Amino acid sequence: MIRAYGPALALIGLAALVPFAVSANTVLNFIVFALIIALAAQGWNLLGGLAGQFSFGHAAFFGTGAYAAALLQTRYGVNAWVAFALGIVLAAAIGWVIGFLSFRSGLRGSYFALVTLAFAEVLRILANASAFTGGAAGTLVKLDVRPENFQFVSRAAFVWIAVALVGAVLLMTIAIMRARFGAWLTAVRENEDAARALGVDTLAVKLKAITLSAAITGAAGALYVQYFLYLDAGIAYGPWISIEALIAPIIGGIGTAFGPVLGAVALHVFGEAAKLVAGGVPGIDLVLYGLLLVATIAFAPDGLMGLLMRLGRRKTKEAR
Amino acid sequence: MLSVASVTKRFGGLVAVDSASLAVAPGSITGLIGPNGAGKTTLFTLIAGFEQPSSGTIVFDGTDITALPAHRRAERGIARTFQIVQPFAGLSVVENIAVGAYLRHPRRADAQAKARSVADFLGLNGMLDQSAAALTVAGRKRLELARALATEPTLLLLDEVLAGLNPSEIRDMLPVIRQIRDRGVAILMVEHVMQAVMSLCEHIHVLAQGKMIAQGKPAEIASHPAVIEAYLGQGAAKRLQAAPSGGAHA
Amino acid sequence: MPSTAPRMRPGPKAASPSKKTVMFAPDIILAAVLNGLMTGSVYALIALGLTLVYGVLHIINFAHGATLTAAMFAVYVAQTMLAIDPYVALVPITLLFFVLGYGVQRFVIGPASHGEDRNILLVTLGLSIVIENAMLSIFRSDTRSIDVPYAFESIDLGFTFLALPRVAAFGVALLVALLLGLLLTTTDTGRAIRAVAKEKTGAALAGIDVAHIYAVTFGLGAACVAIAACLLMPTFYVTPRAGNAFVLVAFTIVVLGGMGSIPGALLGALFIGVVESLCGLFFGESLGQIGIFLIFILVLLVKPTGLFGARA
Repeated sequence: MIRAYGPALALIGLAALVPFAVSANTVLNFIVFALIIALAAQGWNLLGGLAGQFSFGHAAFFGTGAYAAALLQTRYGVNAWVAFALGIVLAAAIGWVIGFLSFRSGLRGSYFALVTLAFAEVLRILANASAFTGGAAGTLVKLDVRPENFQFVSRAAFVWIAVALVGAVLLMTIAIMRARFGAWLTAVRENEDAARALGVDTLAVKLKAITLSAAITGAAGALYVQYFLYLDAGIAYGPWISIEALIAPIIGGIGTAFGPVLGAVALHVFGEAAKLVAGGVPGIDLVLYGLLLVATIAFAPDGLMGLLMRLGRRKTKEAR
Repeated sequence: MLSVASVTKRFGGLVAVDSASLAVAPGSITGLIGPNGAGKTTLFTLIAGFEQPSSGTIVFDGTDITALPAHRRAERGIARTFQIVQPFAGLSVVENIAVGAYLRHPRRADAQAKARSVADFLGLNGMLDQSAAALTVAGRKRLELARALATEPTLLLLDEVLAGLNPSEIRDMLPVIRQIRDRGVAILMVEHVMQAVMSLCEHIHVLAQGKMIAQGKPAEIASHPAVIEAYLGQGAAKRLQAAPSGGAHA
Repeated sequence: MPSTAPRMRPGPKAASPSKKTVMFAPDIILAAVLNGLMTGSVYALIALGLTLVYGVLHIINFAHGATLTAAMFAVYVAQTMLAIDPYVALVPITLLFFVLGYGVQRFVIGPASHGEDRNILLVTLGLSIVIENAMLSIFRSDTRSIDVPYAFESIDLGFTFLALPRVAAFGVALLVALLLGLLLTTTDTGRAIRAVAKEKTGAALAGIDVAHIYAVTFGLGAACVAIAACLLMPTFYVTPRAGNAFVLVAFTIVVLGGMGSIPGALLGALFIGVVESLCGLFFGESLGQIGIFLIFILVLLVKPTGLFGARA
């Protein structure tokens, strides 16, 4: 147990201490944002990494979580914490529906990627055109800084909430990987026919995976809107978040528990560095992300986690 | 325990299995043989639930399972191996077997224990933590068998488990298959290695061009004119009778 | 990736019906159909590239849209900086993109993906992100178009006017489709491409260099969008995301016409072009946009499983 969960608990503990060491707003901003991406990436990793179903449209879940959390507050006066929870539930529901439609039709590989991308685009166009979501002007959540509104004076509070969410999903992922569900997810990823022959209900496993995945990425969206208090269709359902949610786990180590977190943090450190070097050139960070994605697949298929493991093994060998 | 009644499978205009019937008795080893392209693997696929028959019924342990999907059949006790082995390449040997064991043992520790005991039985205990992708052909065949056995089936469908093995590996495998039967698992096997079929099976069905053309004890099958013709071509039975020596090579 | 659905600038005197109009004269509908066919012919070129690559590599090239964007910028640069007319630039740009496509498949996608379909998918996605954002870095997000003297030339059909550049696009697109068909059926390379598409192991055993054929196919796919870019630019604009919108339509067409089928892509493209044009006429533009996506999702979901995912 300690071997399985120890490193995760240690990492969560360390992360929770960061606000005591750092007080600069820019750094805390960076941490919260990277953790939101990490959370979205953890959701992607559950479906893409563990179950092998590559979604190119996780924005559908991020955006649904975000819009639900925002609109429930602004339009229906629902309490922010309740809206946050309902956002997760609605994202999960969208995940189930998209999963049901596409997995029932037997879509996989390129086709699954394509159909998820299309769903996200439909939602983006609808959100951009509809008056209900505030259309192209977007939606503002009213600034009213009180803890019961899920708004805090100190950015540290948000760091802790983000660490708690990412940490909870990290522990959950480890638990899943050690349980029957995890074995079934891997079996589905590696070989669906063989899994079915061994009594695995592959459709049910994939549906469970996409629902859970959508809930996690939806939580990232809901947290995003609660932190920035503003949302439009491009942020919520735009391709940027689908891409980040996918690249972070691959760079960090696809199908590993720590990969998405490591990848998201590394990606944003790279991104910030690139912005510093290149100045205000738009798109330069994404050029770098794309290059990193291709380079990772070409040279380090197991991502940063794979590199770390290899390094660790070499160290122990030398120690002997 | 398994009875397949007049099952037909059409793919477009092609009739792959044409009103075939067969039965497997509890605790027996039954063979399914036939020339290439006879429809053996298709019939297997229908019994395991990977395809639905166009007509006919499949009854297992007294219940009609014709409409059940593959995973539900596995729950009821039908396990299969694949002609082309399908290991979960990213998993270790013991993890591969555990996927099967999880069917009856939801808890990790129990499933792992079950997986280890099955691995032990099949002589895989020395390579538990190896990656499945790193196994030899013989090792993969055993892994395929181990995974199926870990689901604790009462009926095991073996699709050419001996194909690709060398003679000494085949000799090692035969007692393993007998031991599985002795543990109370009925076996239905598709096999091309005739000597093995003749020595293992108590009962043999012969499929040719989608139709059952003969069934009976190994000795009866070996001398059955229709079988000899199916394998060796028209008039072969007569020629063999003229020079009687063929028999078990059929 | 995509941002806005492609909208051709309408012909000079094309009827732009007011929303209040309930009934449409047959002339207007006929004009819409003709316009749709012309749009469809450009879609066809883009879809041909996509379906050709799918048919041979059994993978969806997610960098197809970015390639189109890059080609459109190439046309833009040729015209504005080198003063080369798009129709003159057609030959060199097409050749350039063939070579680029060949090189990218041979030296990037092939080696980077280690022969795994999943990886090809991700590598093409990675390339699309790189190309698209490199365009954004260089050209910024401004909408750019070129000025050609014949942009507003038109042909008078009596009941409507057809923009000359669009008629030219229609003709060239059909000609290119025909040439591509001839290439595949009558040349050795074409036969090799079809052999690899059917059975790559067998083709390799027969002495065909599969990596070379893959790269040629990719090159042809890129050449198709390069031609499409030359035909589009006289009447259309370019932004760093312009290509994606077209390619999403092309995805729809390819799925509709059957993945890997060339006649399917051609007919599907003309059909979608007309549907889009008529939807725009009857329902207005934003709903027409949604219509394409809905057709797309519906076709993906409803078409029998057997046709899908077997290789992907």
